Amino acid sequence: MTSVEERTSVESRNDSGGVTFMQATWLVAEREIKAFVQMKGFWIGLAAIVIGLFAASILPNVLGGGDTKVAVTSTEVAQTLEAGSFDVERTDDVAAAEELVRTEEVEAAVVPDTTGQSATGVEVVALENPPSDLMASLGSPPPVNLLEPGDVSEGEKQLVIMAFALVFMLFAMGGTAIAQSAVTEKQTRVVEILVSTLPVKSLLAGKIVGHTLLTVGQVIVLAIAAPIALQAGGNEALLEVILPALGWYVPFLVFAFVLLASMWAVAGSLVSRQEDLGSTMGLVMALVFGPYMLVIMLSDNATAMTVLSYVPFSAAIAMPVRLFTGEAQLWEPFVSLGLIAVMIVVITAVATRLYTGSLLQTGGKVKLSRAWSSASD
Amino acid sequence: MLKVNGVSRSFGDHRVLDSVSFDVKPGRMTGFLGANGAGKTTTMRIILGVLKADAGSVTWHGQPVTQAVRQRFGYMPEERGLYPKMKVADQIQWFGRLHGMSQAKAAATTERLLDELDLGTRANDKLEALSLGNQQRAQIAASLVHDPDLLILDEPFSGLDPIAVDTVLRVLRQRAADGSPVLFSSHQLSVVEQLCDDLVIISGGEIRASGERDELKQRYGTPRYELVVGSDAGWLRDVPGIKVTSVDGPKAVIEPASAEGFRAGGEALDQRILQEAMRRGEVRAFTPVVPSLNEIFKEAI
Repeated sequence: MTSVEERTSVESRNDSGGVTFMQATWLVAEREIKAFVQMKGFWIGLAAIVIGLFAASILPNVLGGGDTKVAVTSTEVAQTLEAGSFDVERTDDVAAAEELVRTEEVEAAVVPDTTGQSATGVEVVALENPPSDLMASLGSPPPVNLLEPGDVSEGEKQLVIMAFALVFMLFAMGGTAIAQSAVTEKQTRVVEILVSTLPVKSLLAGKIVGHTLLTVGQVIVLAIAAPIALQAGGNEALLEVILPALGWYVPFLVFAFVLLASMWAVAGSLVSRQEDLGSTMGLVMALVFGPYMLVIMLSDNATAMTVLSYVPFSAAIAMPVRLFTGEAQLWEPFVSLGLIAVMIVVITAVATRLYTGSLLQTGGKVKLSRAWSSASD
Repeated sequence: MLKVNGVSRSFGDHRVLDSVSFDVKPGRMTGFLGANGAGKTTTMRIILGVLKADAGSVTWHGQPVTQAVRQRFGYMPEERGLYPKMKVADQIQWFGRLHGMSQAKAAATTERLLDELDLGTRANDKLEALSLGNQQRAQIAASLVHDPDLLILDEPFSGLDPIAVDTVLRVLRQRAADGSPVLFSSHQLSVVEQLCDDLVIISGGEIRASGERDELKQRYGTPRYELVVGSDAGWLRDVPGIKVTSVDGPKAVIEPASAEGFRAGGEALDQRILQEAMRRGEVRAFTPVVPSLNEIFKEAI
């Protein structure tokens, strides 16, 4: 049997102004990007994330910016501090004061010196770093006893994990734009002109490239905004710890996006109307929300997090979180990124076939098996 | 010249095209005629590589139709589509570039085309903001922007408003006159009748007839004469060898009774009737009746 397509594989004559695969891919990508940046919603969404980032970093200082709460055992010190702008809690003994510090009801405690090195006879007990205004008001700096001399507090850690997970979810869900673009082309039948002009693969590749570039752009904006926001909020200590993790978070987010991109495209190509999109996006959405929830729920379970940081779908959150908490070795993100890359190749190959097979089938929802077997048409 | 050679295609067990062969010649408008579901769209999709053929081939100037060749084709699908949220000019330019034009050339051609189609003032509007008629003009512009070597239009006249029909007609005639082959499908016989030079008639996935329109008319249409005499033409009913299709006072339409026509058995039947009519009195007209496409169509399928 001779088919038109087989004959097509005969070396093509390169006549006037033929468009190469790369050019076709880029033209598709360019159109996707243009269509997106011309939408108000795109800029509003990005602005909302940046504003949210600054708000999360600065607002706690502004809102909770009243007097520093301090537990004090000695009446004398209490009177000194009450004269300054401190919210003083009197406690009977050192143990009670330390308990208040541990439960984070107060930011620090001033207790009798145990080191013998204090000029003023007191020492400061804090969780991981002493409030600077307290230190300043105690005259010559007293010795400091840190109960949890980690760099980052548990509260901050939770906040960062939440932020990583949330931003992942926002960007991963951004892939719905690919599904919408695919279904728009089917719904308007513009796809017939496209398929008669371009290789189907360049159509898919262009969509993935275009939307990935859009995502890279937004992630870079956030990666620049996040340190500025932390600095503005006076969270220098957190910034120092988060920076390497943030650096890793950028490639992980981009890889995660590409991993799902072709699946979004298939979700779009299986249906012929925007209204039906909901019925095909379930699996991809599960692959976004699942990792999001698992990481948030299991963030305290080191074993689970290690596993999640190697599963390609959840690695984009779990590995940066493990890097942030200092649990991951330096080589681990490389391996994890490699695993995602392998998964991208496999999924994109499968998705390309499904996309090709379903693109020209109109009517109801195309079954995956049918899309797979029609790909040779 | 575009050659379709023995193209077959099935969807499941249903054979949609059965060894379809025909040519689309340069400088000629070829009408692709068939009822709904006859296989017109499937054939066009195969020519354009949107669908694969199970068997057979499509060649352009004797060469297989590759992606690069196809990029020089212009296609207007039946269910026209452009991006609803994209600006008209941006969109047409983009299609030009997709067909291998440079940005500058695509922009220049787009501007010229839109003016030609009276859409110049809407260039920066989103497609969805245009009326249906104007959207169709934009669609025509999109299929013409790259000055295609071959134009393929699926039902270009269906659903068009009268002004748009004129526009499409003008544009298509111009393309054909410039030497590009134009293949267009239609189920509206009257449109095809006045527009096409060549005809391809398809039915049930098989080509029933193809060739020059006038030649097909001769081949498939029943030869007829209209005779107008001075008095009543009723006597024709008694002439052996012919059939009177209609008679209205002095006017009658006759056709030969046998399938071999007026020259059956070497006898010039038409001439004998003319002589008889002249013998009986005045003859005002004796004209061959050109068969309508409708008739050819029914005859062929």
